[in-house]
Amino acid sequence: MSRFLPILYCCLGLTLLSASPTTRPPQEVLVAAAADLKFAMDSLVKVFSAGSNDISIKLVYGSSGNFYEQISNDAPFDIFFSADLGYPQKLEQQHKTLNSIKPYGTGQLVLWSKKLDPSKEGMNTLLLPSVTHIAIANPAHAPYGQRAEESLKHYQLYDKVREKLVIGENISQAAQFASTGAADVGIIAFSLALSPQLQKEGKYWLIPAATHQPLKQGFVLLQHAKGNEGAKKFAAFIESARAKAILKYFGFGDE
Amino acid sequence: MTDWQPLWLSFRLAFITTVLLLVISIPLAYWLAYSRWRGKAVIEALISLPMVLPPTVLGFYLLIALSPSHLVFTFTGLVIASLFYSLPFMVNPLLSGFKSLPPALREASYTLGKSDSITLIKVLLPNIRPSLLTGIVLSFAHTIGEFGVVLMIGGNIPGRTRVASLAIYDEMQSMNYAAASRYALVLFALSFSILLIVHLVNHHFSKPDPLS
Repeated sequence: MSRFLPILYCCLGLTLLSASPTTRPPQEVLVAAAADLKFAMDSLVKVFSAGSNDISIKLVYGSSGNFYEQISNDAPFDIFFSADLGYPQKLEQQHKTLNSIKPYGTGQLVLWSKKLDPSKEGMNTLLLPSVTHIAIANPAHAPYGQRAEESLKHYQLYDKVREKLVIGENISQAAQFASTGAADVGIIAFSLALSPQLQKEGKYWLIPAATHQPLKQGFVLLQHAKGNEGAKKFAAFIESARAKAILKYFGFGDE
Repeated sequence: MTDWQPLWLSFRLAFITTVLLLVISIPLAYWLAYSRWRGKAVIEALISLPMVLPPTVLGFYLLIALSPSHLVFTFTGLVIASLFYSLPFMVNPLLSGFKSLPPALREASYTLGKSDSITLIKVLLPNIRPSLLTGIVLSFAHTIGEFGVVLMIGGNIPGRTRVASLAIYDEMQSMNYAAASRYALVLFALSFSILLIVHLVNHHFSKPDPLS
Protein backbone atom coordinates (compact mmCIF):
# COMPACT_ATOMS: atom_id res chain seq x y z
CA MET A 1 0.00 0.00 0.00
CA SER A 2 2.76 2.44 0.97
CA ARG A 3 4.12 2.14 -2.55
CA PHE A 4 0.84 3.15 -4.09
CA LEU A 5 0.26 6.25 -2.02
CA PRO A 6 2.95 8.43 -3.66
CA ILE A 7 1.61 7.43 -7.07
CA LEU A 8 -1.90 8.27 -5.97
CA TYR A 9 -0.83 11.71 -4.76
CA CYS A 10 1.07 12.34 -7.97
CA CYS A 11 -2.10 11.58 -9.93
CA LEU A 12 -4.08 13.87 -7.68
CA GLY A 13 -1.53 16.64 -8.16
CA LEU A 14 -1.65 16.28 -11.92
CA THR A 15 -5.43 16.41 -11.86
CA LEU A 16 -5.42 19.60 -9.86
CA LEU A 17 -2.79 21.14 -12.11
CA SER A 18 -4.73 20.37 -15.25
CA ALA A 19 -7.93 21.64 -13.68
CA SER A 20 -6.46 24.98 -12.68
CA PRO A 21 -7.58 27.79 -14.95
CA THR A 22 -5.33 28.05 -17.98
CA THR A 23 -4.78 31.46 -19.45
CA ARG A 24 -6.99 31.78 -22.52
CA PRO A 25 -5.11 33.02 -25.58
CA PRO A 26 -6.33 36.60 -26.02
CA GLN A 27 -7.24 36.14 -29.67
CA GLU A 28 -9.53 33.14 -29.74
CA VAL A 29 -12.58 33.33 -31.97
CA LEU A 30 -15.38 30.80 -31.64
CA VAL A 31 -17.32 30.45 -34.87
CA ALA A 32 -20.68 28.72 -35.31
CA ALA A 33 -21.03 27.77 -38.97
CA ALA A 34 -23.86 26.20 -40.92
CA ALA A 35 -22.88 22.66 -41.92
CA ASP A 36 -22.89 23.49 -45.64
CA LEU A 37 -19.80 25.65 -45.01
CA LYS A 38 -17.73 22.70 -43.80
CA PHE A 39 -15.16 22.60 -46.56
CA ALA A 40 -15.35 26.25 -47.61
CA MET A 41 -14.81 27.41 -44.02
CA ASP A 42 -11.87 25.07 -43.50
CA SER A 43 -10.22 26.70 -46.52
CA LEU A 44 -11.14 30.20 -45.40
CA VAL A 45 -9.65 29.64 -41.97
CA LYS A 46 -6.50 28.16 -43.46
CA VAL A 47 -5.95 31.20 -45.67
CA PHE A 48 -6.85 33.62 -42.86
CA SER A 49 -4.56 31.94 -40.35
CA ALA A 50 -1.65 32.05 -42.77
CA GLY A 51 -1.92 35.84 -42.69
CA SER A 52 -2.58 36.33 -38.98
CA ASN A 53 -1.30 33.44 -36.94
CA ASP A 54 -1.86 35.16 -33.60
CA ILE A 55 -5.61 34.59 -33.95
CA SER A 56 -6.96 31.12 -33.39
CA ILE A 57 -10.30 30.36 -35.04
CA LYS A 58 -12.31 27.56 -33.45
CA LEU A 59 -15.05 26.13 -35.65
CA VAL A 60 -18.26 24.37 -34.74
CA TYR A 61 -20.54 23.05 -37.49
CA GLY A 62 -24.24 22.33 -37.16
CA SER A 63 -27.68 23.28 -38.40
CA SER A 64 -28.49 26.99 -38.37
CA GLY A 65 -31.66 26.45 -36.35
CA ASN A 66 -29.70 24.55 -33.73
CA PHE A 67 -27.16 27.39 -33.44
CA TYR A 68 -29.95 29.95 -33.29
CA GLU A 69 -31.41 28.09 -30.34
CA GLN A 70 -28.03 27.87 -28.61
CA ILE A 71 -27.12 31.51 -29.23
CA SER A 72 -30.47 32.79 -27.99
CA ASN A 73 -29.63 30.83 -24.85
CA ASP A 74 -26.31 32.74 -24.66
CA ALA A 75 -23.91 30.18 -26.12
CA PRO A 76 -20.46 31.81 -26.20
CA PHE A 77 -20.06 32.10 -29.98
CA ASP A 78 -18.38 35.15 -31.47
CA ILE A 79 -19.56 34.84 -35.07
CA PHE A 80 -22.57 33.03 -36.51
CA PHE A 81 -22.62 31.92 -40.14
CA SER A 82 -26.21 30.97 -40.90
CA ALA A 83 -27.49 29.14 -43.95
CA ASP A 84 -30.28 31.70 -44.21
CA LEU A 85 -30.98 35.29 -43.18
CA GLY A 86 -33.98 34.53 -40.99
CA TYR A 87 -32.14 33.13 -37.98
CA PRO A 88 -29.60 36.00 -37.73
CA GLN A 89 -32.47 38.48 -38.11
CA LYS A 90 -34.27 36.89 -35.19
CA LEU A 91 -31.06 37.15 -33.14
CA GLU A 92 -30.84 40.82 -34.08
CA GLN A 93 -34.33 41.36 -32.70
CA GLN A 94 -33.23 39.70 -29.47
CA HIS A 95 -30.25 42.10 -29.30
CA LYS A 96 -27.76 39.25 -29.45
CA THR A 97 -25.83 40.73 -32.36
CA LEU A 98 -23.07 43.33 -32.49
CA ASN A 99 -23.44 44.72 -35.98
CA SER A 100 -25.61 44.34 -39.05
CA ILE A 101 -26.05 41.05 -40.89
CA LYS A 102 -23.70 40.67 -43.85
CA PRO A 103 -24.62 38.35 -46.71
CA TYR A 104 -21.78 36.05 -47.80
CA GLY A 105 -23.37 34.12 -50.61
CA THR A 106 -26.27 32.14 -51.94
CA GLY A 107 -26.34 28.40 -51.52
CA GLN A 108 -27.62 25.90 -54.04
CA LEU A 109 -29.23 22.51 -53.76
CA VAL A 110 -28.06 19.44 -55.66
CA LEU A 111 -29.21 15.90 -56.06
CA TRP A 112 -26.24 13.75 -55.13
CA SER A 113 -25.89 10.03 -55.52
CA LYS A 114 -23.18 7.47 -55.08
CA LYS A 115 -24.85 4.84 -57.28
CA LEU A 116 -26.89 6.76 -59.85
CA ASP A 117 -26.23 9.61 -62.22
CA PRO A 118 -28.88 12.19 -61.31
CA SER A 119 -28.03 14.36 -64.31
CA LYS A 120 -29.77 11.86 -66.60
CA GLU A 121 -33.26 12.22 -65.26
CA GLY A 122 -32.96 15.26 -63.02
CA MET A 123 -35.59 15.42 -60.35
CA ASN A 124 -37.32 12.29 -61.69
CA THR A 125 -34.34 10.29 -60.41
CA LEU A 126 -36.20 10.32 -57.12
CA LEU A 127 -39.04 8.29 -58.63
CA LEU A 128 -36.82 5.42 -59.79
CA PRO A 129 -37.82 2.16 -58.13
CA SER A 130 -34.21 1.55 -57.07
CA VAL A 131 -34.36 4.70 -54.95
CA THR A 132 -35.72 3.67 -51.58
CA HIS A 133 -34.19 6.33 -49.35
CA ILE A 134 -33.71 10.04 -50.04
CA ALA A 135 -31.68 12.01 -47.50
CA ILE A 136 -32.59 15.62 -46.69
CA ALA A 137 -31.65 17.91 -43.82
CA ASN A 138 -34.19 18.36 -41.05
CA PRO A 139 -36.70 20.97 -42.30
CA ALA A 140 -37.55 21.81 -38.70
CA HIS A 141 -34.27 23.60 -38.14
CA ALA A 142 -32.03 23.36 -41.22
CA PRO A 143 -32.63 25.89 -44.04
CA TYR A 144 -31.40 23.38 -46.65
CA GLY A 145 -34.06 20.96 -45.48
CA GLN A 146 -36.74 23.65 -45.77
CA ARG A 147 -35.64 24.54 -49.31
CA ALA A 148 -35.45 20.85 -50.30
CA GLU A 149 -39.02 20.41 -49.17
CA GLU A 150 -40.12 23.47 -51.17
CA SER A 151 -38.40 22.18 -54.25
CA LEU A 152 -40.01 18.75 -53.93
CA LYS A 153 -43.39 20.46 -53.60
CA HIS A 154 -42.64 22.61 -56.63
CA TYR A 155 -42.09 19.47 -58.72
CA GLN A 156 -45.18 17.93 -57.13
CA LEU A 157 -43.02 15.08 -55.95
CA TYR A 158 -43.35 15.66 -52.23
CA ASP A 159 -46.32 13.37 -51.64
CA LYS A 160 -44.86 10.71 -53.92
CA VAL A 161 -41.50 10.54 -52.17
CA ARG A 162 -42.50 11.44 -48.64
CA GLU A 163 -42.24 7.81 -47.54
CA LYS A 164 -38.67 7.64 -48.84
CA LEU A 165 -37.32 10.66 -46.97
CA VAL A 166 -34.71 10.15 -44.29
CA ILE A 167 -33.82 13.15 -42.22
CA GLY A 168 -30.30 14.19 -41.29
CA GLU A 169 -29.52 16.32 -38.26
CA ASN A 170 -28.06 18.95 -40.56
CA ILE A 171 -27.05 19.10 -44.23
CA SER A 172 -23.74 17.46 -43.43
CA GLN A 173 -25.41 14.37 -41.96
CA ALA A 174 -27.75 14.20 -44.97
CA ALA A 175 -24.64 14.20 -47.17
CA GLN A 176 -23.08 11.54 -45.00
CA PHE A 177 -26.18 9.32 -45.38
CA ALA A 178 -25.81 9.65 -49.15
CA SER A 179 -22.03 9.24 -49.25
CA THR A 180 -22.09 5.98 -47.30
CA GLY A 181 -24.70 4.72 -49.74
CA ALA A 182 -27.18 4.27 -46.91
CA ALA A 183 -29.46 6.67 -48.75
CA ASP A 184 -29.63 6.20 -52.53
CA VAL A 185 -29.92 9.92 -53.21
CA GLY A 186 -29.35 13.00 -51.10
CA ILE A 187 -30.69 16.51 -51.57
CA ILE A 188 -27.64 18.31 -50.29
CA ALA A 189 -25.70 21.56 -50.51
CA PHE A 190 -23.75 22.25 -53.70
CA SER A 191 -20.84 23.35 -51.51
CA LEU A 192 -20.63 19.85 -50.01
CA ALA A 193 -20.97 18.13 -53.39
CA LEU A 194 -17.92 20.14 -54.49
CA SER A 195 -15.80 18.80 -51.64
CA PRO A 196 -12.99 16.49 -52.74
CA GLN A 197 -14.50 13.52 -50.89
CA LEU A 198 -17.94 13.73 -52.47
CA GLN A 199 -16.65 14.66 -55.92
CA LYS A 200 -14.61 11.50 -55.95
CA GLU A 201 -17.41 9.23 -54.85
CA GLY A 202 -20.54 10.24 -56.71
CA LYS A 203 -22.40 12.40 -59.19
CA TYR A 204 -24.60 15.43 -58.74
CA TRP A 205 -27.22 17.45 -60.51
CA LEU A 206 -27.95 21.10 -59.71
CA ILE A 207 -31.56 21.68 -58.73
CA PRO A 208 -32.81 24.88 -60.45
CA ALA A 209 -32.82 27.69 -57.90
CA ALA A 210 -36.20 28.94 -59.15
CA THR A 211 -37.93 25.93 -57.57
CA HIS A 212 -37.46 27.16 -54.01
CA GLN A 213 -36.96 30.30 -51.93
CA PRO A 214 -33.41 31.56 -52.41
CA LEU A 215 -30.80 30.19 -49.98
CA LYS A 216 -29.42 33.61 -49.12
CA GLN A 217 -26.93 33.22 -46.35
CA GLY A 218 -25.54 35.74 -43.92
CA PHE A 219 -23.16 36.06 -41.02
CA VAL A 220 -23.16 38.33 -38.02
CA LEU A 221 -20.89 39.24 -35.13
CA LEU A 222 -22.49 38.32 -31.82
CA GLN A 223 -22.52 40.12 -28.47
CA HIS A 224 -19.91 37.72 -27.16
CA ALA A 225 -17.39 39.14 -29.66
CA LYS A 226 -17.44 42.54 -27.95
CA GLY A 227 -13.83 43.65 -27.59
CA ASN A 228 -12.53 40.66 -29.53
CA GLU A 229 -10.34 42.20 -32.25
CA GLY A 230 -9.67 38.78 -33.75
CA ALA A 231 -13.37 38.26 -34.44
CA LYS A 232 -13.59 41.63 -36.14
CA LYS A 233 -10.54 40.89 -38.27
CA PHE A 234 -11.99 37.55 -39.33
CA ALA A 235 -15.32 39.20 -40.19
CA ALA A 236 -13.49 41.77 -42.31
CA PHE A 237 -11.54 39.00 -44.01
CA ILE A 238 -14.80 37.24 -45.04
CA GLU A 239 -15.72 40.34 -47.01
CA SER A 240 -12.37 40.52 -48.78
CA ALA A 241 -12.03 39.62 -52.44
CA ARG A 242 -9.89 36.63 -51.53
CA ALA A 243 -12.51 35.11 -49.25
CA LYS A 244 -15.22 35.78 -51.82
CA ALA A 245 -13.21 33.84 -54.40
CA ILE A 246 -12.93 30.88 -52.04
CA LEU A 247 -16.67 30.95 -51.34
CA LYS A 248 -17.36 31.13 -55.06
CA TYR A 249 -15.08 28.16 -55.65
CA PHE A 250 -17.25 26.15 -53.24
CA GLY A 251 -20.40 27.00 -55.13
CA PHE A 252 -21.72 29.98 -53.17
CA GLY A 253 -23.24 32.35 -55.69
CA ASP A 254 -23.17 36.14 -55.49
CA GLU A 255 -25.90 37.53 -53.37
CA MET B 1 -51.71 18.55 -29.27
CA THR B 2 -49.23 15.79 -28.50
CA ASP B 3 -48.20 13.39 -31.19
CA TRP B 4 -48.14 10.06 -29.41
CA GLN B 5 -46.45 8.19 -32.22
CA PRO B 6 -42.82 8.72 -31.06
CA LEU B 7 -43.70 7.42 -27.60
CA TRP B 8 -45.54 4.47 -29.05
CA LEU B 9 -42.55 3.73 -31.32
CA SER B 10 -40.15 3.87 -28.40
CA PHE B 11 -42.22 1.40 -26.42
CA ARG B 12 -42.68 -0.92 -29.36
CA LEU B 13 -38.94 -0.87 -29.99
CA ALA B 14 -38.18 -1.50 -26.33
CA PHE B 15 -40.73 -4.31 -26.09
CA ILE B 16 -39.55 -6.18 -29.19
CA THR B 17 -35.91 -5.72 -28.22
CA THR B 18 -36.52 -7.01 -24.70
CA VAL B 19 -38.37 -10.13 -25.86
CA LEU B 20 -35.66 -10.95 -28.41
CA LEU B 21 -32.91 -10.25 -25.89
CA LEU B 22 -34.52 -12.57 -23.37
CA VAL B 23 -34.57 -15.39 -25.90
CA ILE B 24 -30.95 -14.77 -26.88
CA SER B 25 -29.55 -14.06 -23.44
CA ILE B 26 -30.84 -17.01 -21.41
CA PRO B 27 -28.82 -19.62 -23.33
CA LEU B 28 -25.92 -17.20 -23.67
CA ALA B 29 -25.74 -16.42 -19.95
CA TYR B 30 -26.26 -20.10 -19.09
CA TRP B 31 -23.36 -21.06 -21.29
CA LEU B 32 -21.15 -18.30 -19.90
CA ALA B 33 -21.97 -19.29 -16.34
CA TYR B 34 -21.26 -22.99 -16.64
CA SER B 35 -18.85 -23.42 -19.54
CA ARG B 36 -15.26 -24.25 -18.67
CA TRP B 37 -13.97 -22.88 -21.94
CA ARG B 38 -11.06 -20.55 -21.27
CA GLY B 39 -11.88 -18.07 -24.00
CA LYS B 40 -15.19 -17.08 -22.50
CA ALA B 41 -13.67 -14.01 -20.86
CA VAL B 42 -13.31 -12.60 -24.37
CA ILE B 43 -17.01 -13.16 -25.05
CA GLU B 44 -17.94 -11.56 -21.72
CA ALA B 45 -15.80 -8.54 -22.53
CA LEU B 46 -17.37 -8.23 -25.99
CA ILE B 47 -20.88 -8.37 -24.55
CA SER B 48 -20.11 -5.60 -22.06
CA LEU B 49 -18.48 -3.34 -24.66
CA PRO B 50 -21.64 -1.37 -25.55
CA MET B 51 -21.79 -0.18 -21.93
CA VAL B 52 -18.50 1.66 -22.20
CA LEU B 53 -18.23 2.55 -25.88
CA PRO B 54 -19.73 5.83 -27.03
CA PRO B 55 -22.93 5.16 -29.00
CA THR B 56 -21.26 6.84 -31.97
CA VAL B 57 -18.87 3.88 -32.32
CA LEU B 58 -21.78 1.47 -32.54
CA GLY B 59 -23.65 3.88 -34.82
CA PHE B 60 -20.70 4.19 -37.15
CA TYR B 61 -20.19 0.43 -37.51
CA LEU B 62 -23.89 -0.27 -37.86
CA LEU B 63 -24.37 2.40 -40.53
CA ILE B 64 -21.56 0.87 -42.57
CA ALA B 65 -22.68 -2.71 -41.91
CA LEU B 66 -26.38 -2.22 -42.54
CA SER B 67 -26.16 0.03 -45.60
CA PRO B 68 -25.86 -2.73 -48.21
CA SER B 69 -28.81 -4.67 -46.79
CA HIS B 70 -31.24 -1.72 -46.87
CA LEU B 71 -31.89 -2.24 -43.17
CA VAL B 72 -30.56 1.16 -42.24
CA PHE B 73 -33.35 3.76 -41.72
CA THR B 74 -35.87 1.01 -40.96
CA PHE B 75 -37.54 -0.06 -37.74
CA THR B 76 -35.89 -3.47 -38.15
CA GLY B 77 -32.53 -1.70 -38.32
CA LEU B 78 -33.29 0.01 -35.02
CA VAL B 79 -34.20 -3.33 -33.46
CA ILE B 80 -30.85 -4.80 -34.58
CA ALA B 81 -28.99 -1.81 -33.19
CA SER B 82 -30.88 -2.01 -29.90
CA LEU B 83 -30.06 -5.71 -29.55
CA PHE B 84 -26.35 -4.88 -29.51
CA TYR B 85 -26.84 -1.75 -27.47
CA SER B 86 -28.86 -3.37 -24.69
CA LEU B 87 -27.32 -6.86 -24.71
CA PRO B 88 -25.12 -6.33 -21.61
CA PHE B 89 -28.11 -5.08 -19.63
CA MET B 90 -29.81 -8.43 -20.13
CA VAL B 91 -26.86 -10.84 -20.08
CA ASN B 92 -25.00 -9.44 -17.07
CA PRO B 93 -27.86 -9.70 -14.52
CA LEU B 94 -28.69 -13.23 -15.75
CA LEU B 95 -25.04 -14.23 -15.58
CA SER B 96 -24.61 -13.04 -12.02
CA GLY B 97 -27.92 -14.71 -11.16
CA PHE B 98 -26.70 -18.07 -12.45
CA LYS B 99 -23.34 -17.65 -10.73
CA SER B 100 -24.94 -16.89 -7.38
CA LEU B 101 -26.90 -20.16 -7.32
CA PRO B 102 -25.40 -22.90 -5.14
CA PRO B 103 -23.97 -25.72 -7.32
CA ALA B 104 -25.91 -28.20 -5.16
CA LEU B 105 -29.13 -27.06 -6.81
CA ARG B 106 -28.01 -28.15 -10.25
CA GLU B 107 -26.30 -31.27 -9.00
CA ALA B 108 -29.42 -32.40 -7.15
CA SER B 109 -31.47 -32.02 -10.30
CA TYR B 110 -28.95 -34.05 -12.29
CA THR B 111 -28.88 -36.72 -9.60
CA LEU B 112 -32.62 -37.02 -9.98
CA GLY B 113 -32.03 -37.75 -13.65
CA LYS B 114 -33.22 -34.43 -15.11
CA SER B 115 -31.71 -33.22 -18.36
CA ASP B 116 -29.84 -29.94 -18.85
CA SER B 117 -32.80 -28.16 -20.38
CA ILE B 118 -35.31 -29.36 -17.78
CA THR B 119 -32.89 -28.31 -15.05
CA LEU B 120 -32.57 -24.87 -16.63
CA ILE B 121 -36.28 -24.31 -17.07
CA LYS B 122 -37.66 -25.93 -13.92
CA VAL B 123 -34.86 -25.37 -11.43
CA LEU B 124 -32.43 -22.63 -12.38
CA LEU B 125 -34.66 -20.00 -14.00
CA PRO B 126 -37.30 -19.98 -11.24
CA ASN B 127 -34.48 -19.43 -8.75
CA ILE B 128 -33.08 -16.39 -10.52
CA ARG B 129 -36.39 -14.58 -10.89
CA PRO B 130 -35.03 -11.29 -9.46
CA SER B 131 -32.18 -11.36 -12.00
CA LEU B 132 -34.63 -12.08 -14.82
CA LEU B 133 -36.75 -9.16 -13.76
CA THR B 134 -33.74 -6.86 -13.46
CA GLY B 135 -32.51 -7.91 -16.91
CA ILE B 136 -35.91 -7.37 -18.52
CA VAL B 137 -36.46 -3.99 -16.94
CA LEU B 138 -32.96 -2.66 -17.54
CA SER B 139 -33.01 -3.73 -21.20
CA PHE B 140 -36.42 -2.16 -21.68
CA ALA B 141 -35.48 1.07 -19.97
CA HIS B 142 -32.11 1.30 -21.66
CA THR B 143 -33.68 0.84 -25.10
CA ILE B 144 -36.20 3.59 -24.37
CA GLY B 145 -33.25 5.78 -23.43
CA GLU B 146 -31.36 5.11 -26.65
CA PHE B 147 -30.41 8.29 -28.50
CA GLY B 148 -27.03 8.45 -30.21
CA VAL B 149 -27.30 5.24 -32.20
CA VAL B 150 -30.85 6.01 -33.31
CA LEU B 151 -29.83 9.49 -34.38
CA MET B 152 -27.01 8.06 -36.48
CA ILE B 153 -28.78 5.19 -38.23
CA GLY B 154 -32.50 5.92 -37.86
CA GLY B 155 -32.94 8.77 -40.30
CA ASN B 156 -35.53 10.38 -38.00
CA ILE B 157 -38.52 9.23 -40.09
CA PRO B 158 -41.86 10.15 -38.51
CA GLY B 159 -43.85 7.04 -37.66
CA ARG B 160 -40.98 4.68 -38.37
CA THR B 161 -37.74 5.68 -36.72
CA ARG B 162 -38.52 8.94 -34.91
CA VAL B 163 -38.59 7.59 -31.38
CA ALA B 164 -39.39 9.67 -28.32
CA SER B 165 -35.80 10.62 -27.51
CA LEU B 166 -35.37 12.02 -31.04
CA ALA B 167 -38.74 13.79 -30.90
CA ILE B 168 -37.63 15.59 -27.74
CA TYR B 169 -34.38 16.65 -29.41
CA ASP B 170 -36.25 17.89 -32.49
CA GLU B 171 -38.80 19.84 -30.50
CA MET B 172 -35.96 21.37 -28.49
CA GLN B 173 -34.16 22.51 -31.62
CA SER B 174 -37.36 23.91 -33.07
CA MET B 175 -37.86 25.79 -29.79
CA ASN B 176 -41.13 23.97 -29.07
CA TYR B 177 -40.24 23.68 -25.43
CA ALA B 178 -43.82 22.88 -24.45
CA ALA B 179 -43.93 19.83 -26.71
CA ALA B 180 -40.43 18.73 -25.66
CA SER B 181 -41.43 18.98 -22.05
CA ARG B 182 -44.57 16.87 -22.62
CA TYR B 183 -42.52 14.02 -24.10
CA ALA B 184 -39.82 14.41 -21.47
CA LEU B 185 -42.35 14.32 -18.66
CA VAL B 186 -43.98 11.13 -19.95
CA LEU B 187 -40.60 9.40 -20.26
CA PHE B 188 -39.50 10.66 -16.88
CA ALA B 189 -42.63 9.46 -15.10
CA LEU B 190 -42.70 6.11 -16.85
CA SER B 191 -39.03 5.31 -16.37
CA PHE B 192 -39.21 6.29 -12.74
CA SER B 193 -42.24 4.09 -12.07
CA ILE B 194 -40.68 1.13 -13.86
CA LEU B 195 -37.48 1.37 -11.83
CA LEU B 196 -39.39 1.94 -8.61
CA ILE B 197 -41.44 -1.21 -9.18
CA VAL B 198 -38.28 -3.24 -9.81
CA HIS B 199 -36.64 -2.05 -6.65
CA LEU B 200 -39.76 -2.75 -4.63
CA VAL B 201 -40.12 -6.22 -6.11
CA ASN B 202 -36.44 -6.99 -5.59
CA HIS B 203 -36.68 -5.94 -1.95
CA HIS B 204 -39.53 -8.38 -1.63
CA PHE B 205 -37.49 -11.17 -3.22
CA SER B 206 -34.40 -10.50 -1.17
CA LYS B 207 -36.16 -10.92 2.17
CA PRO B 208 -34.32 -13.56 4.18
CA ASP B 209 -35.33 -17.05 3.20
CA PRO B 210 -36.69 -18.83 6.31
CA LEU B 211 -35.09 -22.11 5.20
CA SER B 212 -31.57 -20.88 4.83
